[in-house]
Amino acid sequence: MIEFYLDTRSGVAPYLQLVQQVRRAQKLGLLREGDQLPTVKEVVGKIAINPNTVQKAYRELEHEGLVGARPGVGTFVTQTRSEAALMAQGPLRYDLQQWFLAARSAGLDDDSIEALFKECFRSTSTVDVA
Amino acid sequence: MTAVLEAEGLSKRYGRRWALSDCTLSVPSGHVVGLVGPNGAGKSTLLNLAVGLLGPTAGTISVLGAPPAIDSAQLGRVGFVAQDPPTYSGLSVADHLKLGARTNPTWDNDLAARRIERLGLDPKQKAGKLSGGQRAQLSLTLAIAKRPEFLVLDEPVASLDPLARREFLQILMETVAEHQVSVVLSSHLVADIERVCDYLIVLISSRVQLTGEIEDLLATHHRLIGPRCDPSSLPENQQVIEESHSERQSTLLVRSDGPIMDPAWTIEALSLEDLVLAYMGQGRNIDASLWSSSRESE
Repeated sequence: MIEFYLDTRSGVAPYLQLVQQVRRAQKLGLLREGDQLPTVKEVVGKIAINPNTVQKAYRELEHEGLVGARPGVGTFVTQTRSEAALMAQGPLRYDLQQWFLAARSAGLDDDSIEALFKECFRSTSTVDVA
Repeated sequence: MTAVLEAEGLSKRYGRRWALSDCTLSVPSGHVVGLVGPNGAGKSTLLNLAVGLLGPTAGTISVLGAPPAIDSAQLGRVGFVAQDPPTYSGLSVADHLKLGARTNPTWDNDLAARRIERLGLDPKQKAGKLSGGQRAQLSLTLAIAKRPEFLVLDEPVASLDPLARREFLQILMETVAEHQVSVVLSSHLVADIERVCDYLIVLISSRVQLTGEIEDLLATHHRLIGPRCDPSSLPENQQVIEESHSERQSTLLVRSDGPIMDPAWTIEALSLEDLVLAYMGQGRNIDASLWSSSRESE
């Protein structure tokens, strides 16, 4: 079963941290279809956070279709990450590497590359691709 | 939905000093509310008014829709742990539970016994021999076992070491998850508030400066960094909480209901601590101006 933690210095909202931890565990194959997530009471009893935070994270994951709630039983992983998305990572990784190489050969230093990357990341993160 | 805590023009005066002035707020149920503010801001006064240990000088307060401590039923619905966990040093842990059972009609003895066992407390141990953390846990156990709808905690973790603090908050959050109890707790430890609270009240110099759901507060406050500017030139819906200027650059902390459109600004999100400190800083300016105006009038 997944064990949640909270990074209080990350600046990322606590509910989002839980969501990200589940997504990451799924991507890494640590959580598979049918696996149960800990109950709200178990999570808050372990990492001492507000129960509404956990509920919000679970609702968000449900909304994304990654988990499903069975009333009275618990919350379960309903999806193993799709093959297509995993396959797409290879070319994406290659494209990104090419971009970083191009940025370096254009004479940008690490800070500038990071700033540019983050800026573009932010400006596209609100664009709905689906 | 009934508000757990509702105050209208609530004020409390000690002699010539106002401990709480014109406090108006409405806290919906189902939240864990963090009450923050500097020492002497009126946090304990507000909490003592909420549980009926104090009466208001002016204004009204209601808890779960009724005046505080109006009758025994109302007393049973509210649990309170005062600052410096109140226990009887000469009584044993078991005596405390017996006392709780005798004085609370809604007492849940199983719950109390389970908690004590889980905490690893010896029922025969005198409360005076317990550590600070254990005493805090005992007080919380008593407050929880009466099965209140609303739990009021005045600096519950201030005197505890980090481990005892974490354990205290774990049990508190479990209780909230299990029994849907609403909580208000005062604390100086913003990191703890950030973990366990979803609603905030900032009290400064006897006045409520800010209240709301933490998520909304963080979404509507931003740090703007950009070329030096006059804050009064900002759009009307942007309220400046804190400002600092260098020769070429201005850094502003603003509250804004809408998005910030001006591309000249670099916009940064705030942590809860940034937010609380900004309001506390603003409070200090209020204090200073009160101080100078009262001096001028002398």
